[in-house]
Amino acid sequence: MQEKANKLRADALKAIFKAGSGHSGGSLGAADIIAALYFKIMNHDASNPDWESRDRFVLSNGHVCPILYAALAEAGYFDGKKLSSLRQLGSPLQGHPERERLPGLETTSGPLGSGLAQAAGIAAAAKLGQKRYRVFCLTSDGEHNEGNHWEAVMFASKYKLSNLTVFVDRNFQQLSGPTSEIMPIESLTTKYKAFGWNTVNISGHDFSEIEKAVELARRCYQNPTAIIAKTVMGKGVSFMENDHKWHGKAPNKDQLKQALKELNAK
Amino acid sequence: MLNKDINPNIFKRNIDKKSLRDGFGNGLLISAGNNKDIVVLTADLEESTRVVDFKKKYPKRFFEVGVAEQGLVTIASGMASAGKIPFVTSFAAFSPGRNWEQIRTTIALNNVPVKIIGSHAGLSVGEDGATHQMLEDIALMRVLPNMQVVAPIDYEETKKAVIAISNIDSPTYLRFSRSTSTLITTEKTKFEIGKAYTLWEEKDPAVAIIGCGPLLYEALKAARALSKSGISSLVINSHTVKPLDEQTIVRAARTAGAVVTVEDHQTAGGLGSVVAEVLAQNFPVPIEFIGVLGRFGQSGAPAELYKEYGMTKEDIVKCVKKVLRRKNL
Repeated sequence: MQEKANKLRADALKAIFKAGSGHSGGSLGAADIIAALYFKIMNHDASNPDWESRDRFVLSNGHVCPILYAALAEAGYFDGKKLSSLRQLGSPLQGHPERERLPGLETTSGPLGSGLAQAAGIAAAAKLGQKRYRVFCLTSDGEHNEGNHWEAVMFASKYKLSNLTVFVDRNFQQLSGPTSEIMPIESLTTKYKAFGWNTVNISGHDFSEIEKAVELARRCYQNPTAIIAKTVMGKGVSFMENDHKWHGKAPNKDQLKQALKELNAK
Repeated sequence: MLNKDINPNIFKRNIDKKSLRDGFGNGLLISAGNNKDIVVLTADLEESTRVVDFKKKYPKRFFEVGVAEQGLVTIASGMASAGKIPFVTSFAAFSPGRNWEQIRTTIALNNVPVKIIGSHAGLSVGEDGATHQMLEDIALMRVLPNMQVVAPIDYEETKKAVIAISNIDSPTYLRFSRSTSTLITTEKTKFEIGKAYTLWEEKDPAVAIIGCGPLLYEALKAARALSKSGISSLVINSHTVKPLDEQTIVRAARTAGAVVTVEDHQTAGGLGSVVAEVLAQNFPVPIEFIGVLGRFGQSGAPAELYKEYGMTKEDIVKCVKKVLRRKNL
């Protein structure tokens, strides 16, 4: 699994390097969660992206899409060679994900704080239609500044959307600096609990913890689950780790070379 | 004279009035009976937006999201992507007033069939004042790619519009007013999204009055008054602001040679602007605009407000005379 996740990291960084822009730090930090979802946890079929019974993955913090694109390519939704078209004119791989342009995407995202609401809408529709699929959402911690997100937190609790699981990518960084300075959001666990959610705290880089947390969510029949996953922004590349300056930056040639070396990739 | 499918009694005293909101509520029940995928979400305005009957009949398909308009449309976006046809209801001032970006990204760009219902649009909200009198909603929604915009004239047309928009696969904005208004159309009057039609028609018209919404009643009264003073006119109901029925609008401009637009909205960015854009490109004629001219509303009875803001029958008559002076220069 670690190897798989590092391949996604390398593929995402190569695409961002080629594009000359993109969000490196968040993509690396979310790689393990995305890898676990697409290659271990979710029921999905790359040859049939619209399969009615598929589990849904909603990427709320759309800017980390390079890592999602890398996972979709690796899973076979499209030819991996297309990753090099990231952010170019006419490419299905837009700078922020657009559902209509790329099979496998569930939503269009980028503006922050709207993903959980969409995931909750899908989960509510699934319950109404007595469908058994599960809905997963990835949000950043910075997104917890948005009112739209908390509106969805309340809605999911009210309608007991136990088929909904949100991963909070808790890397303690947002665009301009540490979350504690920009807008403190602690205690997140207490907040979710107070809103009636089931909560699990894990490391977002430990595959067994990720799987175990999803299993706990599956066994909770009353409430939605928030998995608060501590992550390191830029994880896997030493000079990118924990530095918010890598939020929206592409590596140069030497940096890419060094990064690929650290990731044991070519 | 009035088109044959229009209620022939509209100029009589004590003519029946009904609320467009009730037209929405009743149309919704009909649509919901025909299509089990229709769901309704509201932001703590179930009574005001007339979705209570739906809630009673289809409790599982009804979702109260609380006073949360951003959540309202984004949750609906998710439901639409999972195969539902969500109708989201609130006051137009709040939805699309407060949640425009969410509508832009998760509904219009995402291209999912959410039906955004904006009630209490226009000055006719009355006493609640400027904060609740939404005068910019058409402008906000007409600029969004993929979005269709419909502003029906009365109870009957609102009912038909609801049924029509529930059968199209695009994001749609439906706007209507709070107060009761004259029953201008009947069950027989044809309604089709994207097709404007003539309410009043005379031979060799000197002016075409093009509008949407209940304010067209003032236009019809103006047309009758103008006719008595020897000025013939056309009155066209352009209920679909987007996509505009360009063919009908251009034909009317060709026939009449002058246009007055009428709407309960800012003149900037509304139906008047849409008509002006189309005519500027296809058949430029003098145009004048009836609507709110760059001001906010205020508290008052609707009739007082229409007088204060220059949107009565008398104002339309004056406006027609003004455009005719420009036409005959």
